[in-house]
Order: sequence, then C-alpha cells, then structure tokens
Amino acid sequence: MDIQKETSKIKSMIEEDKKSVKTIQELNELKVKYMGKKGIISELNSKIKDVPNEEKKTFGMKVNEVRTLFNDFYDAKKEEIENKVLNEKLEKERIDITMPSKKIKRGSKHPMTRIEEKFEDLFLSMGYTIYDGPEIESDENCFQKLNLPKGHAARDAQDTFYLKDEFENYLLRSQTSTAQVRAMEENKDKGPLRIVCPGKVYRRDEDATHSHQFMQIEGLVIDENVSMADLKGTLELFCKAILGEKTKVRFRPSYFPFTEPSVEVDVTCFKCGGKGCALCKQTGWIEVLGAGMVHPNVLEMSGYDSKKYQGFAFGTGIDRFAMFKYGITDIRTIYGNDIRFLTQFDRKDDE
Amino acid sequence: MLLSRNFVSDYIDLPKDLTIEQIAEDMTSVGNEYDDAGKLINCTKLVVGQILEAYDHPDSDHLHVCKVDVGNEVLNIVCGAPNVKEGLKVVVALPGAKLPGGEIKKGMIRGIESNGMLCAKSELGLDNKFLEEKDKTGIHELDDDAKIGTDAIKALGLDDEVIDFELTSNRGDLLSVLGMAYELGAIYKKNVKDIDLEYKTVKENVKDEFSIDIKTDDCTLFLAKKVKNVTIKESPDFIKERLIASGIRPINNVVDISNYVMLETGQPLHYYDANSLGEKLIVRNANDGEKLTTLDGIQRTLSKDDIVIADPNKAIGLAGVMGGLSTEVEETTKDIIIESAIFDKVKIRKTSKKILRSEASNRFEKGLDPKRTYMAMERSCALLQKYANAQVLDGLVEYNKITMEDKEINLRFSKVESVLGIKIDRDKIIDILKSLGFKVEDKKDYLTVVVPTRRLDISIEEDLIEEVGRMYGMDNIEGKLPLLKVINTHFDKTKREIKNKLIDLGLNETLSYSLIPNSEVHKFTNEEFTEITLNDPMSEDRNTLRYSLLYSLKEIYSYNKSRNNSDISIFEVGKGFYKENDEYKEDLKLAVLMTGDYYLDVNKTKVDFYIIKGVLEELLDFLGYKDRYSLVVDDIPKEFHPGQSASIIMQGKKIGVIGKMHPSVIKDNVYAFEINLEKLLVNRASKMVFKEIPKYPSVRKDVAFIVDKDVTVKEVMDVIKKSAGRLLSKQELFDVYTGENVKDNEKSLAFALYFSDESKTLTEEEVMECFNKIIKNVEEKLDAKVRDN
Repeated sequence: MDIQKETSKIKSMIEEDKKSVKTIQELNELKVKYMGKKGIISELNSKIKDVPNEEKKTFGMKVNEVRTLFNDFYDAKKEEIENKVLNEKLEKERIDITMPSKKIKRGSKHPMTRIEEKFEDLFLSMGYTIYDGPEIESDENCFQKLNLPKGHAARDAQDTFYLKDEFENYLLRSQTSTAQVRAMEENKDKGPLRIVCPGKVYRRDEDATHSHQFMQIEGLVIDENVSMADLKGTLELFCKAILGEKTKVRFRPSYFPFTEPSVEVDVTCFKCGGKGCALCKQTGWIEVLGAGMVHPNVLEMSGYDSKKYQGFAFGTGIDRFAMFKYGITDIRTIYGNDIRFLTQFDRKDDE
Repeated sequence: MLLSRNFVSDYIDLPKDLTIEQIAEDMTSVGNEYDDAGKLINCTKLVVGQILEAYDHPDSDHLHVCKVDVGNEVLNIVCGAPNVKEGLKVVVALPGAKLPGGEIKKGMIRGIESNGMLCAKSELGLDNKFLEEKDKTGIHELDDDAKIGTDAIKALGLDDEVIDFELTSNRGDLLSVLGMAYELGAIYKKNVKDIDLEYKTVKENVKDEFSIDIKTDDCTLFLAKKVKNVTIKESPDFIKERLIASGIRPINNVVDISNYVMLETGQPLHYYDANSLGEKLIVRNANDGEKLTTLDGIQRTLSKDDIVIADPNKAIGLAGVMGGLSTEVEETTKDIIIESAIFDKVKIRKTSKKILRSEASNRFEKGLDPKRTYMAMERSCALLQKYANAQVLDGLVEYNKITMEDKEINLRFSKVESVLGIKIDRDKIIDILKSLGFKVEDKKDYLTVVVPTRRLDISIEEDLIEEVGRMYGMDNIEGKLPLLKVINTHFDKTKREIKNKLIDLGLNETLSYSLIPNSEVHKFTNEEFTEITLNDPMSEDRNTLRYSLLYSLKEIYSYNKSRNNSDISIFEVGKGFYKENDEYKEDLKLAVLMTGDYYLDVNKTKVDFYIIKGVLEELLDFLGYKDRYSLVVDDIPKEFHPGQSASIIMQGKKIGVIGKMHPSVIKDNVYAFEINLEKLLVNRASKMVFKEIPKYPSVRKDVAFIVDKDVTVKEVMDVIKKSAGRLLSKQELFDVYTGENVKDNEKSLAFALYFSDESKTLTEEEVMECFNKIIKNVEEKLDAKVRDN
C-alpha cells in the first residue's frame, strides 16, 4: 500500500469536503466520516498492523499528518461557526439603550440637616463636642445667666414664647446660646470646655425671612488663654470651610449682653464675591454670625473663675446658611416640606 | 436714631470734605450700624423762581400757564395748582431735575410748552407727618426774601444730611446729639464744643410755689423748675429744621424746645401747664386698676408696675411714657413747670410696651446720665428764655438718690493683650481712651481710667478693652487658631445612621414645626400625658407642643396631596414634648409616613402594610435589634385602622405604633409608624460577630398548608421552627393562596424550608425525618392539612 498516495487522496477529500460545511451538524458529520470508529482516517490507521515494521514509523507519521490536518480544520471551523451563530444571536438581542432606566430610588436628606451635619463634622474635626440641650428652657438659663436680667432692653430683640401658667419662668429657647450656660453648669470641674450646640429655637416672628421656628448653632470655647484673635481664626476657618476658600471674614464691634467685647461677623457676599450686588445691598458683605468673648459675669454665674478662665462664643443661624447655600429665598419653603422640594436634595453636595 | 449733620455740627467740626456715607461707614466700623445715610431731601435741580405772569390754559379748566423767572432765564411752565399767582416765589424743578416721583422733562401740555415744574412740598419726598393740608393741594409758597435762582432746598431750610442709625441697646448715650458728637470726636480726633446754658433768673423762687413728693423707689432723680409768661409761637427756623431732620414734627416753640433739648442731651423732659398742675406733684406707683386719660385721649387702666405723676387727688401722667390730658401745654399756657427726671428703666419699658413706644420712653429704657438730667434742665431754661421770652424762677426743686460720681476702672495692659489676642502699643491705648473723653492715669502696669457718667455701658475692665478694641478696629485683629489640648470627642452617630438608613430605603426627610393645634395633640397615641401649651401663642394653630410627630406628617401629606404629589414616603426625627410630675420632658421620636407608589427594588409598588413593615424591620434590624421586637395587635390608637395596625413591642415594652391610618382621618391608603427613640435606644444593639459560612450544602423542601383564615403566618412559622430543631436553617413564606380548591374560611400558606448541618451533608433520610415531623406538628397543633395539589 502506498501510504503517500492514500494520504494524498484523503487530503484532497478533506479539502473538497471543507467547502460545503456550513453548520455544526455538518461539521460533526464530517468528523464521524474521518475520525469516527469506522471513519476514513481511523480505518487507514488500523491498517498499520499490516505494514512492515521498518515502514511503520513513516506510516504513522503520514496518518498523523492527515489527522492533524482534519483536527485543525475542525477546530478552526467550529470556532468560526460558533462565532457566527453567537454574533447572530447577539444581534437579535440588540436593545434600545435610550429606554428609561430601572432605578433603585434613594430618598433625600433635608437641606437643614445637611448644613447641620456639615457644621457638626467641621467642629468635631477641631475637637469640639456636640452638645444637645433641651428646647424647653428656664428663663434663668436662656436669659438671666446670660447677663440678660428680666426687663433688660436687649430682650426686645427676641420675642419669646413663654409656657402657660409659668409666669414667664419657662419658655421655648429663643437662642442656642442657652447651651453655653448648661454646658458650663454641667462641667463639674469648671475647666476647659469646647462645645457646639445645634438645634431648634423659637421666636414670635413670621415672614419671608423669619420663621417662628428656626435653627441655630452655638459654639463655646473656654480655656485659660483664648482670645479674640483665636475666635477670629476659628471663624475664618469655619467660614472658609462652609462658604469656600476665597471667603473673607470681617469683625465689626457690636453688643451682646453675654459677650464683652462683642462682634458681628460679616463674610464676603457669596453671590457676588464682594463686588456688591442686591443680596449684600451693594456692600460686598453679609452678616452671618454674632460672637465675642464670654462676659465675666456669665462665667461667674455658671461657677467659673473669670480671673483664671476666658472664653469665646459664637452663634449663627443654620437656616441662613441653608438658604445661601442652596439659593432658597423664602424661609417658608424650608418648612413647607413639598415633596418636590425635598427630593431635590437627593445627591451629594457640591463642595 | 436719626442724626442730622447740621445738628451735630453745632457741637463738633466735622471735616467738610467727609461725605455723609463715609461718616456712616466710619461709625459702623466702631460698632454703630446704620440703616440709611444721605440727603434729607433727595432731589436735584430745584431753584427759587418767581412767577412773573400767570394766565389760564386756553384748553383746560384747571391748568395755568406761568412765566417763571429762575434767575438766568424765564421759563414757560404749565401748572395745575390752584394757588399760582403773579409775584409768588416758588420752588422750580428745572428740566432734568430728579424728584422721588421721577425726572422732570421738557414737554407739551395740551399744546403749550412746559419747561419744568412748580413743586408742592409733598413732592420732595418729605415724610407725611411734616406736611400740612396746603402742602398736598398747592405749590409751596416761599418767603418773599428767597433769592431767585438760588438752591430751593436751602431756601426751604431742608439742606441737611441724615444718618438713620440702628444702635445697640447698650448705647443709650448715643440717643443724643451730644453723645454722637463724643463718638464722632473719638473717630476724627475732634473736641466737643460747649453747650450754651446761660439764662437770667427772676427773684421769685420755685420752691416757694411748688414742691414734689417722691413716693417710689422707681424714681431716683427728679428735678423741677418753673418759668413764667412764655410767649407761645412758631419756633425759629433752625429749631424746626433740626427737628424735621431728626424726624420730629414741629408744633410750637415751647413744645419744640422740649424735644430739641431731648435730642441734644438725650434727656426727655416734660412741660406742665403750671396753672392746671397745682402746687404739688407726687411721683408714685399706680394703684392696680387706677384709671388715667393720656394725651392721646385714651383712658388707660394702670397697674402697680406703672409709675405715675400725680396731684394729691389723682394721676395726671404716666411717668416717662405719656403725659396726661389735663396738664398739657396749650396755646394759652403762660407758666410752665419743667420736669427732668430719671425713672426705673425696666418699669418704663414694661409700661411703654403696653401703651406706646416713644422717643422719650426709648431713652428712659436705655438708661440716662444724671448729669444730663441737670444739663437738660438748664438748657431748657436757656432756650425758653431766648425763644419764648420765659422768665425763669430762681431755685431748683430737687430729689436725688443717684450717684453722680464718675467711674474709676483699672485697665491692665496684659489683660488687653490676653483678651484681644494682639499687642497694642500702650501709647495707642492711652490715646484711644483719651479720645473717648475718658481721663487716664498711667500706673505703669495698668491705667486708671475715669469714665464719665454718660457712658452707662462701661463698668468693668472688659468694657474698656472693648472700647480699645473697637476704636483700634476689631477687624485689625489678626486671626489665629487657638492652641488647645487634643481631646477625644465622643459623638453618637445613631440619629444620623437612622436618617441615612431611611434615606437608603427611599424615604425623604422632612422638617416641620413643633407647635401644633391643641385639638390634635392627643391624636395618634393612646398614651396619657399632660401636654405643654404656650402662654401667648401666635395663633390657635400653633399653641401646643407636639407629643407625636404623626400629626405633622399627616399635615405634610395633605399639603402635598393638594398639590397633586401623591407618591409620598417621608420621615422626621424630632422631639415630642410633655409634662410629667411638674417636669418638662422631651423625647426624641421617629415618625414615618408612606403612601402611593414606592420603589421596591426596581418595580413601583403601591405602598401597603407589608412595605411599611419592611421599612420598620429593615431599620430595627440595621440598628442591631433583629429578632428582639414584635408586632402585637393591641392598644391601637383610634386614628389607626383596627385591622391593619399593631403596637411595636421591644423587650416586652411598647415603643411605638405601626399601621394604616383610619379612613376617618385620611381616606387614602396612608401608612405610618412612630417610634419613641428614647425607649428604643436604651436597648443595646446585639453584638456584630462573624458567623462561619456553611461548608455543607443545604436542602430545600417546599410544603403548603391549608389552615383556617384566622391562623397567622407567625403561628405557623413558630410551630415549624419549634418542630424542626437545629437542622432548619431558614424558612420562607413564598405564597398565600385563597380561591379554587380552598374553602372560603381557609387559606393556603406555602413555605420553602431549608435544612442543613454545620458538620456534614445531610442525607435524604435525615431531611425527610425532620420535614415529616414538621408536617405532623403543624397538622396537629394548627388543625392544618398539607395541600397536595
């Protein structure tokens, strides 16, 4: 038997068969035809036993040649057909990616809470403790111990809600400054103190910029050597963190009964950056905080030695910052809770 | 406080080139804020003109055509005022003039050229209270001596500039022109000029004719003097002009002088008609219920907190607030008793809050300088003599219980530095204090500062430091960060975590008012409590502090519903208030309200009980309370659906309520829950410990039971759990079926049961043994049948 001739014949058969294969099924039929138990190549290979020993090697090589030829063809063709089938299938699965998405809808955090948390985080990072005082307060804590005795003219600025049948002894706190008193009284060792107190406050007042309920945050630092300069540095850091690095801070002398000296704190207008616009009444500045050095009477009334300790305190409205930050012009929107208002705050803040 | 530039310039020479705006800014930088600063009359191109000729407009029944000499030319002006006549000196707004009503332009009026406007006083922007009827109906008639072509505002005596200050309540001393002069003097380094207190007295002594009796501690200083034979007439121009610029309406020379002196010195005065007053004046507290008719003709009922001026029989005036009708100075008044006094500022504040806040009461409330009380009396006599021909009686009726001493305060240089945080030169400090009119003695380490009595706001070292700081410029302080010990601050984030979890679940946070109507405070709860109400609420809708937050959420729901927002998932964390054993309590609460579509995974689903229950469970499990709470159908408030609501029980204690709102409260399907967070958070969260991941596979077996309709899922699951023992790793309800093949009073509950063992793969026999035991127990204990189709 001329193995050369046999394999050439098989080779040309394979070449011929190759042309007509279209499907996996046809391919597999070819595999049976050549590689099956009774297949052409298998049949040829079984004749090796009749080949003289010295030719067995050549015979085997030749058979392997056609076997490899077929297998290579088979693998290549199989991949080709499978790819084609897959691509056809994928093409059929084509979708319209502009259709509406299926969302897992997250809720939203109230803008006031967002600002409150921002403030808290900032002061926490500076080593302050968050102090949470009650909303019902005594007149003593809210006013008297802040150097505002009954009948004091400065009480006019805060028209207060007193509770029924209490002869003006209990009230809804009109300022978070009252937290100063509580924190100092509760601090048994009358030593250094560093707190901020955010929370609701109440005043008899209601219009587009005033709500009878609003939120303030009060800060208090007591130590042996804190000064107005420390207060200014702290507030500069605070205002920059909240309103942006370019914000400038200005101290203006003012008067609060519980601080001496007292200042009002202006920041460069967030809208115009200080150039002057309608929001800042062309001044370039907006008043945002009241602050000062804790009045020695206030320290003494809460048991602190005013000869040893000094302190600074500051307070600001959270509503104001929320309104500035998000461009809300009517405070009633904040407390209106329209779902179309609330759901706007469903994302991370821009910084 | 309105400050007139002309007025204050009587006492201090302000640099001429300084604009009024700059003065206002400079005052602001030392702590005296202002609202507005500018010209008293904000008009341009107003000149004095004279009407040369006036005749009726041919085409109108009321217009006149005037030829007006304005100095350099004669203008043709059409004017509608009835009082135009030839020869009249008038205020002419030239073409291009700016008035509060707009700009004046040349134009044709019914065919006749008009090159300007003849002005009425009411057209210049003057406050209504300064206008008489004729100022509104006709053009202003200037005095004959007004010079044609000159500035008409000058001719009107209104050429002044004004700053409207918003002063802090501690600076009562600035409610006077003199006080302002001292403050401006400190800024611009100018001396304050002396005030003219010169007058002659007649021989008669007031003490022979008049006496006082002070019967209350609320009056610490009372001075009285008498003047005779005053001539009541119009005030001289300068007084009227200064009063108008200061916002006070001129009346007659006597009344005007009392106001003028008050403006100058800050000391309110009261002038009585001496003849209707009698010989004795008493100061006392009013009797409760005492009646008095005040100047405005209103009868007031007084209390013992009010201070009254009285004759031996009755009250004749409310001290510091308003005089009485019977002793008022009138056109016919001849003799006057002048009162200059100090009353208790707290009492005055109370009375004036009740009756009337006036220029006088405002000054009494802020506190007065006793030296000015004397000065005002002297100044009053001087002016009354000069401008009302008064004869001043000798002597002074005087009651004085007040200290007149200047205060001496030591100021340490070291303290200035430690409080302000900057070093200021000692010379600079001394300079500042002296510029404020304080006497300063240098004692090396400290200064002894003598503060005049007018500065009532200064009493301690820190007050002086503030003076130094504000004149040095608070803003010149360089900010630095405090050097403080590092401390470990603890912050409980639970409230935030609760909020964040609910937001993750698709809920929106609200912020509503704590004050609600009293009629609503006991709703949505069965708890008994005493509510807290306000003494003086703004409205009935906000007179009580809320106990439950659910009323607020219901209101938010209604608000949104009326705006066609029907998918609402909201929550709020806030306090509920109540009174217990005479103590005020505040409990932190969480309330959730859900209605309409809810986004569950990726599908919209209508909110039902099971969704809100899911929110509750997600939250409680997240907080570490898994398997420690339960819902019990008991004690349901009447605002909830009795068949779709439950109490939330935690470790045997009720912590809240969950369910559907009763249709009598809301017709829609609205679900809500409320938890008392104080009661919840006293329970510690379970420990979070890693549990080994099962190594061996679990086997699932499904079974459906037909049970009576009233048997709850929880009952079935409890029996399954008890029967299975440790091999049952999980059970899930996957179908509830009623309908064909199930009787009307029954239901089918299908469960998937998962069996596994931590130590080995379970054999079919082991699983089946357990499974069959479960089936047997459920069938026996709950009268159930396994459903086989």
